[in-house]
Amino acid sequence: MAAVETHVPAILEIADDCLILGHRLSEWCGHAPILEEEMALANMGLDLLGQARALYAHAGEIEDKGRTEDDLAFLRREREYRNCLLVERRNGDFAHTMLRQFYFAAFMQPFWRDVAAGSTDATLAGIAAKAEKEMAYHLRHSGEWVIRMGDGTEESARRMADAVIELHRYTGELFMASPARQQAIASGLLPDPESLRAEWDETIAAVFNEAKLEMPEIRVMQKGGRDGNHGEDMGHLLAELQFMQRAYPGQTW
Amino acid sequence: MTAGSEAPGTTGTDFELARALDVASGVPDPEVPCVTVADLGILRSVTRNEDGRIVVRLTPTYSGCPAVIAIEMAVQTALLNAGIDSTIERVISPAWTTDWISAEGREKLRAYGIAPPVGSSGGRRAFFSEDVIACPRCGSTHTTKVSEFGSTACKAHYRCDDCAEPFDYFKCI
Repeated sequence: MAAVETHVPAILEIADDCLILGHRLSEWCGHAPILEEEMALANMGLDLLGQARALYAHAGEIEDKGRTEDDLAFLRREREYRNCLLVERRNGDFAHTMLRQFYFAAFMQPFWRDVAAGSTDATLAGIAAKAEKEMAYHLRHSGEWVIRMGDGTEESARRMADAVIELHRYTGELFMASPARQQAIASGLLPDPESLRAEWDETIAAVFNEAKLEMPEIRVMQKGGRDGNHGEDMGHLLAELQFMQRAYPGQTW
Repeated sequence: MTAGSEAPGTTGTDFELARALDVASGVPDPEVPCVTVADLGILRSVTRNEDGRIVVRLTPTYSGCPAVIAIEMAVQTALLNAGIDSTIERVISPAWTTDWISAEGREKLRAYGIAPPVGSSGGRRAFFSEDVIACPRCGSTHTTKVSEFGSTACKAHYRCDDCAEPFDYFKCI
């Protein structure tokens, strides 16, 4: 059925975004600059892992081949992950992590809002309604840090400006629709990411303005994640993410 | 909260269903034990399905809330201890909101030392905007947010500038 062929990979793209970014945030555990941010990063990571679980479980059900959320999260090969490159970028310093979160949340909050309001898939709309509220929180928290650091000390401003130079070129992929995604858009499952671009641009511009950050001019946006072509960082990430299931297959808590 | 219709083949009140609702409603939240799952609005319904089985519908607070499974097991165990076999269904739509916390639940939170959610849930909020949160101990509104994220996903961390007590605030979502 067409629904399975396009529906499942389209949902997996989003699930992979959530899983990989959630895992990146979990890497901060025990390393955050202050206790409050330790809790914030872990909490945001937990939200994303929760969203990923719900999406994997839903995709597995539609697919109906017996793949569970754990199979999908832990037992695929690197090329089978379809997350965008932005979320797999290494944490870098706190500025990099917060800017990456801000770019992602500024896209996902309106994305989930539109899925909740208009998706033809009722389960997905239910997941979205919850996720939108969580991403609104992430957007606020990360946006405040971008402003605080961008308009902060000489060093914090330099670090945030460096993060912009490094990460901005990975934001274009948020708006690209893979063939599976295009089908999902056509069948009313998901909103067209292009329809969210103006709102995203506005969110970024407003925060950069307050943060006294310059908007970089990027001629060519990086892409590849949606085709399974990941950066060097992805293999290292998966090595840690998948270690337990690879070393002890089928292990459960 | 709705109790279901009468069991097939019986007449009059379904006492077991009424008791199931009563037992399920009384189960405390594992992370905030001063309130029950009914107070929080997590317990959506207790009904009887066409096979005559008691079905309890619960809704998670946050996507990644680690207490979800603990809550489901606690409700099922409480019912088993009352001699009632049940099926637990996880309902994600409509999404849980703090608007569903009952007035009694809010008062219990306050008495326990957790400031209840202020206002009603909404979408995006302005950067650096602050709600006025009253200290659950002395009632002062002279309070400062210490951290947007607190001891659990559903709470933020505050400090009272009058009585100097730190306290949790149940975030409004």
